[in-house]
Amino acid sequence: MGREEPDRGPACREIADPGEAAADERHKKKREREREILYWLLQVPSLGPVTIGKMRRYAGDITALYNIEGTQWRELGLLKEGQASCWDQAKKNIRKIMEEYHSLDDRGIRFITILDEDYPDRLKVLADAPIGLYVKGRLPKEERPTLAIIGSRNATRYGLEVARCFGRELAREGVQIVSGLAAGIDGAGHQGALEGRGRTFGVLGCGINICYPRENYLLYEKMLAEGGILSEYPLGEPPQAKNFPIRNRIISGLSDGILVVEAREKSGSLITVGSGLEQGKGIFAIPGRITDPGSAGCDRLIQEGAALVSSPGDILEELGVKCEKKLTIREKNEKGLAKREKMVYSFIDLQPKHLDEIVSQSGLPLSECMMILLDLELKGFVVRTGGNHYEKKL
Amino acid sequence: MFQKVMSAGLWGIDGFLVSVEADIHDGLPGFAMTGNLSQETKEAQERVRVALKNGELSLPPKKITVNLSPADVRKDGTAYDLAVAAAVLGASGLIQAEELKGAMLIGELGLDGRVKPVRGVLSLVCAAREGKLTRCFLPRENALEGSMVEGVEIVPVESLKELVAILRGEQGAKRLEQDPLLFFKEQEKPYEVDFSELNGQPLLRRATEVAVAGRHNILYIGPAGAGKTMAAKRIPTIMPLMSREESIRTSKIYSVCGLLPADAPLLTRRPFRSPHHTITATALAGGGTVPKPGEISLASGGVLFLDELPEFSGKAIEILRQPLEDRAVTVSRLYGSYTFPADTMVAAAMNPCPCGFYPDRRRCTCTSWQIKRYIGKISRPILDRIDITVEASPVTFADSRGQGANESSAKIRERVHKVQQLQRERFAGKGILSNGEMRAKEIEQYCRLKGPEEAYLEQVYQKMELSVRGCHKILKVARTIADLDGKEEIGQSHLYEAVGYRSLEEKYW
Repeated sequence: MGREEPDRGPACREIADPGEAAADERHKKKREREREILYWLLQVPSLGPVTIGKMRRYAGDITALYNIEGTQWRELGLLKEGQASCWDQAKKNIRKIMEEYHSLDDRGIRFITILDEDYPDRLKVLADAPIGLYVKGRLPKEERPTLAIIGSRNATRYGLEVARCFGRELAREGVQIVSGLAAGIDGAGHQGALEGRGRTFGVLGCGINICYPRENYLLYEKMLAEGGILSEYPLGEPPQAKNFPIRNRIISGLSDGILVVEAREKSGSLITVGSGLEQGKGIFAIPGRITDPGSAGCDRLIQEGAALVSSPGDILEELGVKCEKKLTIREKNEKGLAKREKMVYSFIDLQPKHLDEIVSQSGLPLSECMMILLDLELKGFVVRTGGNHYEKKL
Repeated sequence: MFQKVMSAGLWGIDGFLVSVEADIHDGLPGFAMTGNLSQETKEAQERVRVALKNGELSLPPKKITVNLSPADVRKDGTAYDLAVAAAVLGASGLIQAEELKGAMLIGELGLDGRVKPVRGVLSLVCAAREGKLTRCFLPRENALEGSMVEGVEIVPVESLKELVAILRGEQGAKRLEQDPLLFFKEQEKPYEVDFSELNGQPLLRRATEVAVAGRHNILYIGPAGAGKTMAAKRIPTIMPLMSREESIRTSKIYSVCGLLPADAPLLTRRPFRSPHHTITATALAGGGTVPKPGEISLASGGVLFLDELPEFSGKAIEILRQPLEDRAVTVSRLYGSYTFPADTMVAAAMNPCPCGFYPDRRRCTCTSWQIKRYIGKISRPILDRIDITVEASPVTFADSRGQGANESSAKIRERVHKVQQLQRERFAGKGILSNGEMRAKEIEQYCRLKGPEEAYLEQVYQKMELSVRGCHKILKVARTIADLDGKEEIGQSHLYEAVGYRSLEEKYW
């Protein structure tokens, strides 16, 4: 890949002499040039895949597209005034942008355009398919079943536990887990998949070189090794609120089905479900208690026809994965517990419950109750949340 | 002629004897004062001269020199006025010097000759007793306070005229009759608050009792209105009653700050200080150009309550570290360093998250990041000095209506007193008083575990990823719980309960 003169732009390179042997070479060069232009297009702010699609149809050829001025686009009505000036501004920055483009390899980032062969087929069919993807690590395999696990960022511990279990069990059976690498359910889904030694992929709403939220840094690092991270946003793009709903279509697009673990009535997860429905994906939801606002979104989805899921097996069946084992998630078997322990355990809920409440319900003295609870905690039956709240562990 | 009179000055919260020497000799008429004096102390010459004139006593037109010795120690305040006046009168032969032997004079003078009250009388009179002085002339308003020091005769004076009359032998000194039982009478009055008013919250009550019994610092976590502040306010009521010595120690601090109420010569109750979270580091630990004790010293012998712990400035909280360890604050200034006592129990309170409802996710809308940031605001080192962390449960309706009788403070106090007595005997000669102060060496010695308990602790240590410090805290608290139970050895139930009071998960820091 040669360096071009900055003022002439990538599209103005001379085409090599014709010849039989050179035909292949010529094709390669052309493709490289197109990739450069697509890369440049991604750096133009406020240009979405739909607008770019229209421009491509107008110009006919991607290389030709670059040569059209902002003013001309405006006259055509494809760009607004502000967008047109962004277009011209980006043209002035072409040198810097190309430098960045050529440094991607060194930074361990792959840039895949919609024209490339390794671009995921699942995305290609989307009306608003991203024209380019930044990828770190792997891409999801086309032939493998893929599931998106999504949900609230402020999930309950129960929700996190469920997401983790589903991620783990499904990943064990070879299902690829896709999510948004956000806090809460997303992270728990990824975490579970890693525990199940499966492949898991995160689609970011910011530049691929930014880890957001920061507390997921360890997860981010692990996923680079055990899966991949994708983003359609240019390097350094901050995690703006407007980006997340847009990237959600990639999450749903990459998956065969979408599992919603905990979602409030008005949740960003429902945007993913919406685009999933448009793309014809299967929707799964974990039911919640009817009084629980944290699961109201899930319950609504079930009302509207989403599949109620109570075990990872349900999803495997839907995805057409054969599995010998019966995969279920149940509370711990309390057979091994002593009588008193069983009694205290029966007063503990999946919602955090304060020690005082457990004491008054069980009628045991405070110190004895503390003793039993700690034993249960050490045995892995209950978990202490916050200071003196306890809840069941799955 | 030369005359020497005793007075006293303040250094931190302690008094030191100052001899006021006056000399009147021939020369150009004038008034000079020496002895490393601050502005307000030096101005005594004007106050004294005018007060004498208005008392129809005229000084001879001679050279008057007054020296306050030790002359190399910085002196400030106006408590020397009365002594300066007496010394000058003695030097001019207007009064009989015998009356001044073994006496200390303290008080500020008004231009009309009135004697006005000053700060820190308790410390000053204590200094008089230590200096083997037998008599103390005090402003009337301070007389009751001074009379709390046994073994010193207190003579209240209202004006310079009265003092002169006494010193001339024209009028008998009306010494203040001391009531040795006054202190105990005061102490018998009940507190305004009582633990029986706190409904429900058995865990909170129990944890508070354990904390007070072993003098462990305690952190309350819970939603607004759960009773955190209510419980903290009642901590002094379950602490053992103050002894007279303890009371004098704490009252001195209040006296120096001018905070002693006029009608109460001594603090008979353990102090409860609850500074607002906007407090500066200096106000908390003590300081100023002439250093004064801060809140942590004012809470000495009682409770320092830090409500909304995460809202305190990091600097203010950090400054508590050393005083909590040494039980004293040292403030260094150009003139020297001052040490204030800081023998206090710290109780702190906080919400579990910015909205207060975590971990009840049905109501809490905080993001995990917000919670993490909120809790992360508390500095780790201060948390290391808090042995007991307890979460208040949400209040039920029955609790709020006060069903069922609750244990009163007096009953809890009895148990606490017994356990504290036990600890005092245990640690006699070790320089500490309570389980909460145990260091690694004492923990090794007094918190031995038997086989199964040791194994259990190891399991806890590994499963819950405790630090060594966290482990020590559990052992210290377990010791106190065993003491409350009247057991020599730490049993399983004691250890289990102590583990239940362990700190928040370390993941927040």
